[in-house]
Formats: sequence, C-alpha cells, structure tokens
Amino acid sequence: MRLEYFQLIDRIDELDLVGRTIKAQAQVPETSTIFEGHFPGHPLMPGVLLIESMAQTSGWLIIGITGFARMPFLAAVKEAKLRTFVAPGQRLSLRASLLHDGSGYAITKAAVDVEGKTVAESEITFRVMAFPDPKFRTSMSEVAQRIGFPMEASTHG
Amino acid sequence: MSSTFDTVANIIAETCDIPRDKIKPESHAINDLGIDSLDFLDIAFAIDKAFGIKLPLEQWTQEVNDGKATTEQYFVLDNLCASIDGLVAAKGA
Repeated sequence: MRLEYFQLIDRIDELDLVGRTIKAQAQVPETSTIFEGHFPGHPLMPGVLLIESMAQTSGWLIIGITGFARMPFLAAVKEAKLRTFVAPGQRLSLRASLLHDGSGYAITKAAVDVEGKTVAESEITFRVMAFPDPKFRTSMSEVAQRIGFPMEASTHG
Repeated sequence: MSSTFDTVANIIAETCDIPRDKIKPESHAINDLGIDSLDFLDIAFAIDKAFGIKLPLEQWTQEVNDGKATTEQYFVLDNLCASIDGLVAAKGA
C-alpha cells in the first residue's frame, strides 16, 4: 500500500467472475506522512482511505467483469461504516461482491477485515464507461500486473 | 397489483424524497422533478430490481446526445413506464 500514490491494494487473491466476487489484501504502511497529521501521537488509517480501498477492490471486480474494457468511476458511497480504528502496520483483507450490473453503472457491497473482524463496510455505486484514453487503460493494465490481477480470467471468463 | 406508474412513482418518491402527489404520469423526471443523473442511477437500480430488467440508460443517453431522441421520449414518466412495460414483455417473450 502506497498511500501517497493512492495505491491501496497490494494483491488480488481471488477474482470469481461467476460468483462476481473478489478478494484482495493490503498492508497499511508503518510510516507515512499522512500519519503525521492523522493524528499527531495517534496515527490512524483515515476512514476515507478505507472507503477508497473498498472502492478500488470493487473497481477491479468490475474491470474483470467487463473484460478490462471499461473503467468504473466512484459515484456514490452508501451506508459506510467504520467500525474500529485501523493502525499503521495492520494487514487488511478486502472483499467485494457485485450487487447489480446496470447499464452504465454498477453497485457493489464491500468490506475490510482485520484479523477476521470486519472493520469497515459499504455499498458503493460506480459509473462504468469506456476508458477515456488508451494511455489510461495501459497504465491500469500495468497496475493490474503488479497486483496480480488475473488477466486471463478477465479475457476468458 | 399496482400499475407500472404506481411502482415507479413510489420508487421516485422514496429514493429522491419527492412528495408522491407531485409525481404525475406527465412529469419529466429531470425538468419537472429535478432528478439529476446520479439520483437517477438509484432510481434505475430500484426499477431494475423491481421489474427484473436492465434499463438501457447508456443507449438512451447516447441517443439523446446524438440528437436521435429527446429526453422527453425516455424521461417523461408515462414514456418511461411504457419502456419498462416493453422491456418486461420482451423478457417474457
């Protein structure tokens, strides 16, 4: 996880295009400039970044379902719950499932677990559209390779 | 069994917090009821679920943007309900 670069997913563990679910993991860094301000003497993973981590996990699921042809953009976050503090160094287990595959939009339900306990959850809506620029898709495919996104599942699933 | 319009009107009232009695068959979802595109996603989600269909929002938007259709054709509720009925009938065919 590189917070300053908005890289909130380290690895995709499982992408199930039939069940329309995904599992991923991320390690909260021990140090980050973000923790200097959030909060002095009491460093915490910001809740908005936990929500972003769920959005990114969901996003990879949607990219997989569309065969890497379309890009999801965050549109709405509902019923977001941040149940407990997440501290530097903790390992996050992320999961998401597709609730609805609409025309030009998708809705997921996502959650973050730490040591088997759910620490955050939300329902997330995305606008889903063609990649606005080929370079964008290329950069996303590079990220996909780095985090172990199964391109073959997306292509043939 | 409630009509398509009643179901859609109830969805809009609940989703967008619009008084039910202000929602008429001749209402334009955008121009009269002030529903924006993000709120319409919530409505589309509820309609898709309620009727077991997939409203072709992308196709409609494209047609409007290309000047091949007007927003009235798709977003006046009478017309929206006719589209829903057509999709439901096509599903059962």
